[in-house]
Amino acid sequence: MGRITLEKVRKSFGETQVIPPLDLTIEDGEFVVFVGPSGCGKSTLLRLIAGLEDVSGGEIRIDGRPATDLPPAKRGLAMVFQSYALYPHMTVRKNIAFPLKMAGMSEDEKKSRVERAADVLNLTDFLDRRPGQLSGGQRQRVAIGRAIVREPAAFLFDEPLSNLDAALRVGMRLEISELHERLKTTMIYVTHDQVEAMTMADKIVVLRKGNIEQVGSPLDLYRNPRNRFVAEFIGSPKMNIVEGAEAGRHDAHAIGIRPEHIDVGEGPWEGKVGVSEHLGSDTFFHVHETGLADVLTVRAPGEVNHRAGDKIRLSPQLDKLHRFDRDGLRIT
Amino acid sequence: MARAVTNKTKAINTAIAWTVGILIFFPILWTILTSFKSEATAIADPPVFLFFDWTLDNYTTVQERSNYFRHFMNSVVISIGSTVIGLAIAIPAAWAMAFVPGKQTKNVLMWMLSTKMLPPVGVLVPLYLLFRDWGLLDTRIGLVIVLTLINLPIIIWMLYTYFREIPNDILEAARMDGATLRSEVIYVLLPMAVPGIASTLLLNIILAWNEAFWTLNLTAANSAPLTAFIASYSSPEGLFYAKLSAASTMAIAPILIMGWFSQKQLVRGLTFGAVK
Repeated sequence: MGRITLEKVRKSFGETQVIPPLDLTIEDGEFVVFVGPSGCGKSTLLRLIAGLEDVSGGEIRIDGRPATDLPPAKRGLAMVFQSYALYPHMTVRKNIAFPLKMAGMSEDEKKSRVERAADVLNLTDFLDRRPGQLSGGQRQRVAIGRAIVREPAAFLFDEPLSNLDAALRVGMRLEISELHERLKTTMIYVTHDQVEAMTMADKIVVLRKGNIEQVGSPLDLYRNPRNRFVAEFIGSPKMNIVEGAEAGRHDAHAIGIRPEHIDVGEGPWEGKVGVSEHLGSDTFFHVHETGLADVLTVRAPGEVNHRAGDKIRLSPQLDKLHRFDRDGLRIT
Repeated sequence: MARAVTNKTKAINTAIAWTVGILIFFPILWTILTSFKSEATAIADPPVFLFFDWTLDNYTTVQERSNYFRHFMNSVVISIGSTVIGLAIAIPAAWAMAFVPGKQTKNVLMWMLSTKMLPPVGVLVPLYLLFRDWGLLDTRIGLVIVLTLINLPIIIWMLYTYFREIPNDILEAARMDGATLRSEVIYVLLPMAVPGIASTLLLNIILAWNEAFWTLNLTAANSAPLTAFIASYSSPEGLFYAKLSAASTMAIAPILIMGWFSQKQLVRGLTFGAVK
């Protein structure tokens, strides 16, 4: 079981409040991603749940039991760090077995659990190596192995893929998602990468300056962002925002339209093509001199060729248009 | 482009290094040579370097006149005892300062360092009187206490520097893995800090072995270590250079041999953290 509830949890460092009082419930078995720009408090929030930082107020419950004053060791959670944080003087086997040793488990039980974890993570051949002899991806798997052997109530991941190269990152992302499918254990995952958030999460928590901006499923956030911040943060390339007269025509202070919701060809908007990015599957155009915004990003499916300087006409899909009021809140 | 090191600069650097090395080692070499001379050759003018009648007489005389082994054992007990006790106090202290620093941690560290700037003679009289009243004069325990206190700031500083190099993440990982503070220190921190702890230990044994101010002033016969053994050959006898040199050679030999065998560890420890 791994249901985690935060009630009015807040955190200050000295005079600075990094997390204003917030409430959040993480259901058992859920894959929750905390996402937000750097300094938004997502890692701090994770460390509060882990017990590595003390809360300044409020209550944390794990499976209904108060955990606010429990030390990390007593919370039954496991954590995977960005730096892997493996014990450099121990072999992979000893690294993975360390939590079991701390729990005072018998040698036989330890052995079988370590071997099972190594099997799941393809680490069997590396059990007698030291962390220094492993690649980044293998190290991260050891860190995950160390987390799963203990069968914790929940896994906490603190930007676990940030130190890996792009190709490895995609692979590990999938492995973690598959692990979640298999174990069905609660996972809380911190990242600044909205692609990771969108692809892995059951539920995304978008944070800004310690505040929860919105909680919802990835598609919910994509389709119904609560405000401009969430609208611009979720989705890649990010949403185009248009203010002024054009927004006024839609009875809004600002309107937002995603690059994939603008059709190239006929339409009411016109502009000059700047840089084009060809991905093969899609083409991104950066369109200038539209009179709407400095630059509009347009995503056209497939290979579409327009030279820099070409004039093109654009048509926003009106049913996909988001309208925002003066405070940045979405008008529904 | 990497900086080119020409053969010429290499040769010059080697020559400079050897010159400095020989300059530093020369007094020790001279002492060792003198210990094999007769008293007359020892004070000959001009001095004789290698070509003299080598003799072991001085060593025999020194052996007959004083109990080298007792002084040696005193030195061993005092230097190892003060180092071990010092480490036992310094490890938790350095842990606290490195991993859970408070507002005053920097100040405490600086204050500890500042005690090393105090001339020891300034506290000699009060300490001597305290030792007299507590019956600690001329005892091994008394010297162990005094040397522990004298060297504690250095031990704490060294360990603090080494501990600071250990990523906090790893200790936090241990905490998440269910380690109590004790297991965290024993299974994770100390094994990772072994090179640092070893060089602290070695350096401190050397410092304690060579300490001469307190060992001379607080001992008489019973607990006098090798420093006092050397000193006993300088004053009451007038100037007998050859015997003094023999005593000195015998006193420094153990620590010189230990230093020789542990030089790799010492250098590694002292440059720890300089290069990541």
